Amino acid sequence: RLLTMNDSPISAHQPPPAKYGGRHTVTLIPGDGIGPELLNHVRELFRFCCVPVDFEVVTVDSSVVSEDEINNAVTAIRRNGVALKGNIETNHNLPPSHKSRNNLLRTSLDLYANVMHCQTLPGVQTRHKDIDIIIIRENTEGEYSSLEHENVPGVVESLKIITRVNSLRIAEYAFKLAREKGRRRVTAVHKANIMKLGDGLFLQCCKEVAAGYPDIAFDNMIVDNTTMQLVSKPQQFDVMVMPNLYGNVVSNVCAGLVGGPGLVPGANYGKNYAVFETATRNTGKSIANKNVANPTATLLASCLMLDHLGLVDYASMIRKAIFKTLSETRLHTADIGGLATTSEVVQSIMREVQKTGPLTSEYI
Amino acid sequence: MAGNAWRSTVSRVMGAVKSQTQPRTFSRGMQTVTIIPGDGIGPEISSAVIKIFEAAKVPIQWEERNVTAIKGPGGKWMIPPEAKESMDKSKIGLKGPLKTPIAAGHPSMNLLLRKTFDLYANVRPCVSIEGYKTPYTDVDLVTIRENTEGEYSGIEHVIVDGVVQSIKLITEDASRRIAEYAFEYARNNQRASVTAVHKANIMRMSDGLFLRKCREVAENFKDVKFTEMYLDTVCLNMVQDPTKFDVLVMPNLYGDILSDLCAGLIGGLGVTPSGNIGANGVAIFESVHGTAPDIAGKDMANPTALLLSAVMMLRHMGLHGHAKKIETACFDTIRDKKVWSRAVQYTALKKNPVSESVTLILLFIGICLSKFNVV
Repeated sequence: RLLTMNDSPISAHQPPPAKYGGRHTVTLIPGDGIGPELLNHVRELFRFCCVPVDFEVVTVDSSVVSEDEINNAVTAIRRNGVALKGNIETNHNLPPSHKSRNNLLRTSLDLYANVMHCQTLPGVQTRHKDIDIIIIRENTEGEYSSLEHENVPGVVESLKIITRVNSLRIAEYAFKLAREKGRRRVTAVHKANIMKLGDGLFLQCCKEVAAGYPDIAFDNMIVDNTTMQLVSKPQQFDVMVMPNLYGNVVSNVCAGLVGGPGLVPGANYGKNYAVFETATRNTGKSIANKNVANPTATLLASCLMLDHLGLVDYASMIRKAIFKTLSETRLHTADIGGLATTSEVVQSIMREVQKTGPLTSEYI
Repeated sequence: MAGNAWRSTVSRVMGAVKSQTQPRTFSRGMQTVTIIPGDGIGPEISSAVIKIFEAAKVPIQWEERNVTAIKGPGGKWMIPPEAKESMDKSKIGLKGPLKTPIAAGHPSMNLLLRKTFDLYANVRPCVSIEGYKTPYTDVDLVTIRENTEGEYSGIEHVIVDGVVQSIKLITEDASRRIAEYAFEYARNNQRASVTAVHKANIMRMSDGLFLRKCREVAENFKDVKFTEMYLDTVCLNMVQDPTKFDVLVMPNLYGDILSDLCAGLIGGLGVTPSGNIGANGVAIFESVHGTAPDIAGKDMANPTALLLSAVMMLRHMGLHGHAKKIETACFDTIRDKKVWSRAVQYTALKKNPVSESVTLILLFIGICLSKFNVV
């Protein structure tokens, strides 16, 4: 079952209204590494398919110390409501006052749910088959609170914050999404045997929310057992919900299981805003500007964005073309074992769209 | 004269002190090892290992001890003094699975052991087992996990109702100690590289400190290559191509997750050896699977994990010849499908019990023993 429905589960959700004659404006943050080139391909493809979306490009320079640029980006997203972004690099050798720009964006806009749908794609060789897991990761608190201090020289404390409000919120989101997608089971991933208060609270909140959804089965699993199960029998998982750090680990493991970082799109949802990017948020510095990066994840993320805006027909048209191209082994990029270049893949997608849809421009 | 009496007393005391600092007790060339059978299937797999070692004529004498928690003076929970004494004397221990009681009022036994002997490094070599097929082949890596601090410091507070804070503690000393151990391990075992796993982009100060210490220690070990990698990148690459990794060193939580991930790659906790290194030269090797109370006493348990941990122990003690012999016999037995297929289903994946009655351990031991007779 491929992604075809509108991914947002907030049933009262209204996509930001189209302005200026039915066209939407979306903030575009190119980021670093392979971000800029892949997002250029998105724009190229959208132009070709005559998608009524205009991009407002906001660059964020990762080497600059001042936070003005990221604040500008946040303002732009508040204005437009939706964004598509590449990953902004974080130099971890800079002092702690220089926070991760991606994290700042997520917390300022309160994008509390990170949703990633991992499914086995036809045409991609993997060790495991029939994987279909939705991972919902709390995106704003937990270990990513960036609260650290050094009370005594040589002893550093880092705070992991878990709140009832946010845990209930993410659990609610997970169950609502599971119900909307017709999923059977939600699994909470935690380490409550060790972090009894923190993860214990998270688990407690999930249990409370589960009680309100008797049609959906709820169970829980400790994170180390989860990773072990994922590499031996990933087919047993349906929907998974978890705090921030475990979400990082589990989503990367699942992305690796279905074929790698170049294939899976990710979405960050908040109450009023949504930001779309690749699921594993890689900068891909080593393959930047070499025309070898896999555009699939970024293009699928743009389809998720189109779904969110209500442009469902355009989304399924592009998605179908992407999957048709993916099923051709000679059009696989290096990360999934092929020799094709990024532009070859994008050209092929555009040709597929032209074959099926009437809404393309003359220019290929 | 007082002076002479004083001098002879001093020499008596000094002599006593000297003999106490001998690392292991030797009698007829035998080394003493403290064995803690544990609960559930622990006793039967421990006796299996002892039998196999006897057949292989390993120069070890076993001292069996129990580690059920007792309340010491001052109300603090501790392990029985005989167990502590035995470990301090022999310095080497082999441990089976221990039951973690819920609501027994005392912390888990594993935690007590860790605190008592300051077991700061958890070492798990993950090597693909020939004859036991998993989707991943040619895995050959070692995870070294800091075992005393980090996210498992146990310090949590409720700030206000509905807001909980868990503290992750990273100290310079512990980070330096684990980094030094990792590089020494790499050097002693001819491993080419050590990779520090971290999340310093998000946890700048804590993981940043850990990383800095690793870099400092790397300066003293120029013969071993040092790289750094984000935790998420390691996870991503590990499930796609585990052959890219060699020795991994990391703080507590990442180590917990990654070591179990790697165990899953080679077949689960039923076949993964594990060793805990402590300060003062103490080392306890253990099987990390559960106690499996439902198959205890039924001769169905798989002794592989404990056996491979015992092999790791032999290598640590320098008895490489015996280690190789037993390891080869173990792998040959695993390759024998008749014995293996029934054993592995239970302990390999914690959640999937398969109950079948077959005199498994005897078969297992029998085949191992037959290998030794051939030599």
